[in-house]
Amino acid sequence: MSATLDSLINRPYTAGFVTPVESDSAPKGLSEDTIRLISAKKNEPEWLLEFRLKAHKHWLTLQEPQWASVHHPKIDFQDMVYYSAPKTKKKLASMDEVDPELLRTFEKLGVPMHERKTLANVAVDVIFDSVSVATTYKKKLAEVGVIFCSFSEAVQEHPELVKKYLGSVVPQGDNYYAALNSAVFTDGSFCYIPKNTRCPMELSTYFRINNQESGQFERTLIIAEEGSHVSYLEGCTAPRFDTNQLHAAVVELVALDNAEIKYSTVQNWYAGDENGVGGIYNFVTKRGMCRGVNSKISWTQVETGSAITWKYPSCVLLGDNSIGEFYSVALTNHRQQADTGTKMIHIGKNTKSRIVSKGISAGESSNSYRGLVRMTPTAHGARNHSQCDSLLIGSRCEANTFPYIEVRNPSARVEHEATTSKIGEDQMFYFSSRGIGSEEAVSMIINGFCKDVFMQLPMEFAVEATQLLGLKLEGSVG
Amino acid sequence: MGKILLEVRNLHATVAGVEILKGFDLTVRAGEVHAIMGPNGSGKSTFSKLLAGHPAYTVTGGEVLYQGENLLALSAEERSRAGVFLAFQYPVEIPGVSNASFLRLAYNTVQKQRGGEELDPLEFDDLVREKLKLVEMEASFLERSVNEGFSGGEKKRNEILQMALLEPTLAVLDETDSGLDIDALRIVAGGVNKLLNPGNAVILVTHYQRLLNYITPQFVHVMEDGRIVKTGGKELALELEERGYDWVREEQAARQLA
Repeated sequence: MSATLDSLINRPYTAGFVTPVESDSAPKGLSEDTIRLISAKKNEPEWLLEFRLKAHKHWLTLQEPQWASVHHPKIDFQDMVYYSAPKTKKKLASMDEVDPELLRTFEKLGVPMHERKTLANVAVDVIFDSVSVATTYKKKLAEVGVIFCSFSEAVQEHPELVKKYLGSVVPQGDNYYAALNSAVFTDGSFCYIPKNTRCPMELSTYFRINNQESGQFERTLIIAEEGSHVSYLEGCTAPRFDTNQLHAAVVELVALDNAEIKYSTVQNWYAGDENGVGGIYNFVTKRGMCRGVNSKISWTQVETGSAITWKYPSCVLLGDNSIGEFYSVALTNHRQQADTGTKMIHIGKNTKSRIVSKGISAGESSNSYRGLVRMTPTAHGARNHSQCDSLLIGSRCEANTFPYIEVRNPSARVEHEATTSKIGEDQMFYFSSRGIGSEEAVSMIINGFCKDVFMQLPMEFAVEATQLLGLKLEGSVG
Repeated sequence: MGKILLEVRNLHATVAGVEILKGFDLTVRAGEVHAIMGPNGSGKSTFSKLLAGHPAYTVTGGEVLYQGENLLALSAEERSRAGVFLAFQYPVEIPGVSNASFLRLAYNTVQKQRGGEELDPLEFDDLVREKLKLVEMEASFLERSVNEGFSGGEKKRNEILQMALLEPTLAVLDETDSGLDIDALRIVAGGVNKLLNPGNAVILVTHYQRLLNYITPQFVHVMEDGRIVKTGGKELALELEERGYDWVREEQAARQLA
């Protein structure tokens, strides 16, 4: 690989600083006591504590999954902090009371926390380590009946909704990390869109891990009632540490009749250094249930960070004519490992799903697409189309595609396409021989490669995502 | 005589440690067409790519002056912006990048360097449609990915289209005729002829005389083992066509003995 190409994909991580805030942390280790402590800190109702304890009990019986194409030393779950919150004196009445140190942190990261300064039409919930520190535009959203708040707040203010839907898409015992999350989750975002309401603004949650020893276990729940529509985005960063932090989130989406949820992620957790030291283990369970007829759930993800990414945002297509979509760009560099993809479970009649996955591998990284398309016996007339493309930069990286296809209904149709290509020295020379610099060349190639996915992102974030990829590949996209 | 555009003196170059160019000399003036012929492996393509700044080649001796300046000190991008153009023997495919946006970026980059006007997509569309006629290409070429799925002839025409847009001062056409049927050859050569003017120059690297039926060179050079061993007029190409390269080698050997 040419020296220019090499330098292009090796750019420092700009979100890697630590914020000096005093934190209120639980002691290291995981036991029933830790769980009781978290639950007590959050003043939770008894049923939620039961939910947690049941999950913990089940977790103890499970083994870590071994099937993913990733390698890491065994995680010591007792050497980890399960609750860490920046110290605050009292409950905040408004944005202006947020610790200025935190405000500065998020300003530095480009997260709009001041409503008046914010990106037009984006409401933000900000999660710092284990707690939500602020949510913007709550009032404006409440005017149309949209509830957008931290998960902890939802437990207090809307327990009936939380109780009804929590675990309804990802049950406590679903998998190893989901069970762990169910036991120890601390905060996250909660959205509820009432019947026949189109959420008037983009909802967004920004996740920040600051504490070196804490894991982040957030829980997000989005409910779209009949005929409603919402677009939601999450962003994530973490400081640069030479130890690994665990991020094990669970996201549940519920779409009722004729409802639509669009969920976008721009993930930029710290990825570790060029030798693979440090970085976030991003072991996440995301699943949406298209419960109603004609409902639609669309996942879009731009995964650029984390030492290891293990995530499969999925759709259960229960309602007749419901639609599931998965659009993904996963970029790995250095020693990063990604094993990501989706599951489309077709149950209802005439359900449709579309998968577009774009993997970019550079350095010595490994990037795998793993996806399941299941047509159950009731999925008459169901259809799926999958497109999985891999782009290699250099010759020391790896790209894999693992499609799993199960068809149990003869009228269902499944299509799968896959390609692999490589940015080579000759392509770069072709650009430069036409006067085009290498940054612009890589930008053009990557933009072209990711076009189908970027098109799906909300306008403001499409720009952010291209910039982020540019940062990772040296300011080359845009 | 036109002013000197290119002066190559005693050029030595290696690729992967193997010496390919071994004392290459060439002088090209404005308004001239030069043909470089020679057997496979004589170093013709190496010279073309080296001139355009391909990173795989290392210059180990000699100099290359372009309009009096040291060309070797410039990166490939800078050479292109300064008016050096290479039409590739094997243009690469760039999936996902539309030909139109690639051409416009190249055009604007070069325009910017030369103090010309950069064009927005609509203005550029007007310009490129004009230039398409030169190589008899359909506008649908613009929407396709760069060279992807193009036939051999389409790829070569796309190279000449780029030449028409970038208006180079010195163009090197590396075996642009290879793999072309007679119609495509006529179109490509016709395009090149229309681009020739007293201010620029073209170096044709080719195996075959037939291209020279369409583009008339003032000079024909024979390359052998990394240097030019014989230079003549257009008639030299005909002689090579008829007699092959062996007699040039023999002549060369005889000269060395004497």
